[in-house]
Amino acid sequence: MTENLIDIRALKKYYPVKGGVFKRHVADVKAVDGVNLEIKKGECLGLVGESGCGKTTLGKTILRLHDATSGRIYYDRSRSVVEEAEDGFNSDNPSEVRRSIELLKKIDMTRLKGKGLAAMRKKIQIVFQDPSNSLNPRMLVKSIISEPIVTQHLVKARELEGRVVELLSTVGMANEHMMRYPHEFSGGQRQRIAIARALATNPEFVMMDEPTSALDVSVQAQILNLLMNLQENFKLTYLFVTHHLLVVKYISNRIAVMYLGRIVELSATKELFEKPFHPYTKALLSAIPIPDPETGREKIILSGDVPNPIDPPPGCRFHPRCKYIKDMCREIEPELENADSDHLVACHRWKEI
Amino acid sequence: MKKLIETQELYTDFFTFEGVVKALNGVSVVVNQGETYGLVGESGCGKSVTVRSIMRIVQQPGKIVDGKIILFFKQKDRQKGIDIIERSEAFMESIRGNDISMIFQEAGTSLNPVFSIADQVGESFHLHRLDGMLEETIQQLGAEIAETWFIPRFWKTLQIALYKSELNHLKAFDRRVGEIDSRLADLEDIGDPHSLSRKAYLHRRRERLSKKNPWIQFVKHIPFLRRYYRRLKKTIKHHVVELLKELGVPNPDNVVCCYPHELSGGMQQRIVIAIALACNPILLIADEPTSNLDVTIQAQIMELIKTLKKTTIASVLFITHDLGLVAEICDRVSVMYAGDICETVAVKELFRKPLHPYSQGLLNSVPRLEQADTLETIPGTVPNLINPPSGCRFHPRCPHAMEVCPKEKPSLIEYEENHYVACYLYT
Repeated sequence: MTENLIDIRALKKYYPVKGGVFKRHVADVKAVDGVNLEIKKGECLGLVGESGCGKTTLGKTILRLHDATSGRIYYDRSRSVVEEAEDGFNSDNPSEVRRSIELLKKIDMTRLKGKGLAAMRKKIQIVFQDPSNSLNPRMLVKSIISEPIVTQHLVKARELEGRVVELLSTVGMANEHMMRYPHEFSGGQRQRIAIARALATNPEFVMMDEPTSALDVSVQAQILNLLMNLQENFKLTYLFVTHHLLVVKYISNRIAVMYLGRIVELSATKELFEKPFHPYTKALLSAIPIPDPETGREKIILSGDVPNPIDPPPGCRFHPRCKYIKDMCREIEPELENADSDHLVACHRWKEI
Repeated sequence: MKKLIETQELYTDFFTFEGVVKALNGVSVVVNQGETYGLVGESGCGKSVTVRSIMRIVQQPGKIVDGKIILFFKQKDRQKGIDIIERSEAFMESIRGNDISMIFQEAGTSLNPVFSIADQVGESFHLHRLDGMLEETIQQLGAEIAETWFIPRFWKTLQIALYKSELNHLKAFDRRVGEIDSRLADLEDIGDPHSLSRKAYLHRRRERLSKKNPWIQFVKHIPFLRRYYRRLKKTIKHHVVELLKELGVPNPDNVVCCYPHELSGGMQQRIVIAIALACNPILLIADEPTSNLDVTIQAQIMELIKTLKKTTIASVLFITHDLGLVAEICDRVSVMYAGDICETVAVKELFRKPLHPYSQGLLNSVPRLEQADTLETIPGTVPNLINPPSGCRFHPRCPHAMEVCPKEKPSLIEYEENHYVACYLYT
């Protein structure tokens, strides 16, 4: 079994809602609400869900672009260290908790500061959704790509240009593109620049935040193939956030399905598509428009919209839209349980349906 | 199959500062009665420009330069169509939203944020179904009048009088417009100088005719008296609620009082569909209706369009870049590339045997459910349409490019029965 690169425990991210004359704290938008997730070394984990379910927030919280409300993230720690810290943190003995918090200050990514955080940022990078918004229009491609290298002091000044050329060639662009501005490129090329920027610091982990949703189908295929080649060559680990299920099926090894700030199902890609357990996953899979007119598939049409994350429904969060609902679903929140080998599902009734 | 609308060799250009963008390069499309017709292609290939040209709502600096758009349903004799490019703006206004209506791409931006849903959906009733609404209001008021006492009775009598004068004016307007339109239709194909000047005169006259009754316009400026209009609004609102109920909007009584920002994306899209369907259109144009909705909501909207297709609308012109949706909903499909139609064919045939190299590339670059090997890609990118490649616009990216390709544009030929393709591989 491969080591975990990232281990997320009970991660929460709440955004405060303020109101009234004094801008009091009224409520919380529970974007990510208690997520446990393990990302293995060298894999591509797909994170799927509808818009507003917290996929991007989860990714950005892992990268410390947002600060977590609570929870722990361990980056590249051996299982024994993680277990030790977790046991101490969850124990009833106050002195042990205090000791584990001292330990967490060194190893927990949500508590890192200063130099420790800067060193960590070198290893984790992100590619954003829309390349036309994520590249600074006033900077040359050269300065866009070299910026992370300069801030991290990775290469000597006179080697910088060579490094940029190398990065450009890895994403399939020529060095004459170096002295141009982002607006001179097409969407696909811009996304290539964004990928080159993410690779500039030789990261181990890259988060892909819907990298192909702003692109056309023919360009999307080019970018997906590029990403797969890069993963192989540089031994990268991806967290691939998307709402396009066919794309995620193509690129990832495992898929996590999110609904309203929680992970409802987690499994290997093939298994998930063959044998989904959670009713939400079933509906999601049946709703994919398949490019083949002769598949006579039965569609499951969900009624209604995703509920408001300020006030999520009690019990199972999917119950207002679920057709297998029972009284238990309204009251008790289901935990992720192991249904099959490494196939986790959070549903009370997965055995029956 | 009866034709509903046809474009012949349509050219639309955009006159920008950088040069002339030749967005459409001779597009010929035929939509038949009772079918769902799809236009597929990447962004910037001219799908939206085609339908905007059909509606004649191409925005500045765009202009329809050449070609014909022929409408077949507006006339008694369905064999002979009328070319709507030559018709007046007033004529187009009577068609838009009434016979042909359109669902726009982003529901959030196509709704006006400062009007309530009742106002926005009611606008179509107000513009195209006003006579029916007026008659209904008059009837209701007439029924109520007997039961009321002196002062309200006086007010209601006044209301009825005002509505009746509006209705009479409207009927007179319709009669005159109908006369002019039938005379114009007789002159349609005649080209001698006398009838041309006659045509121009008729166009001018039609443009001058006004739906508005001057007397009513005056009354609408008098305080208190203008409140008589609220009764009509109430009738329209009632109809809007009925319509939303038909479209499966949960609790429509509250939704009509909302503003667009209070609704979710899927709901906004339903409202846009309601606006389009208010007048039972003959042709519904759906311009990427689900492109920024989630899959589950997308499935809801597609299901809605499918059931509507069975019950109310005759034909749908469906624009999308998602081949999955095309496979699901369309009967016939045209693949577009950089302002050209590459291939026009029945959907099943397209997925079984695509002929044009671009359609083949497009189909291969979509991830399938049972995708095992790596995705094939089309090398290169979509060309700049200010300086498009000569001849066949696909030839720089085409794996089968021949000597003749850059020289001349291939025409759309019928390779097999009902399978049209524009490529030199098949001539």
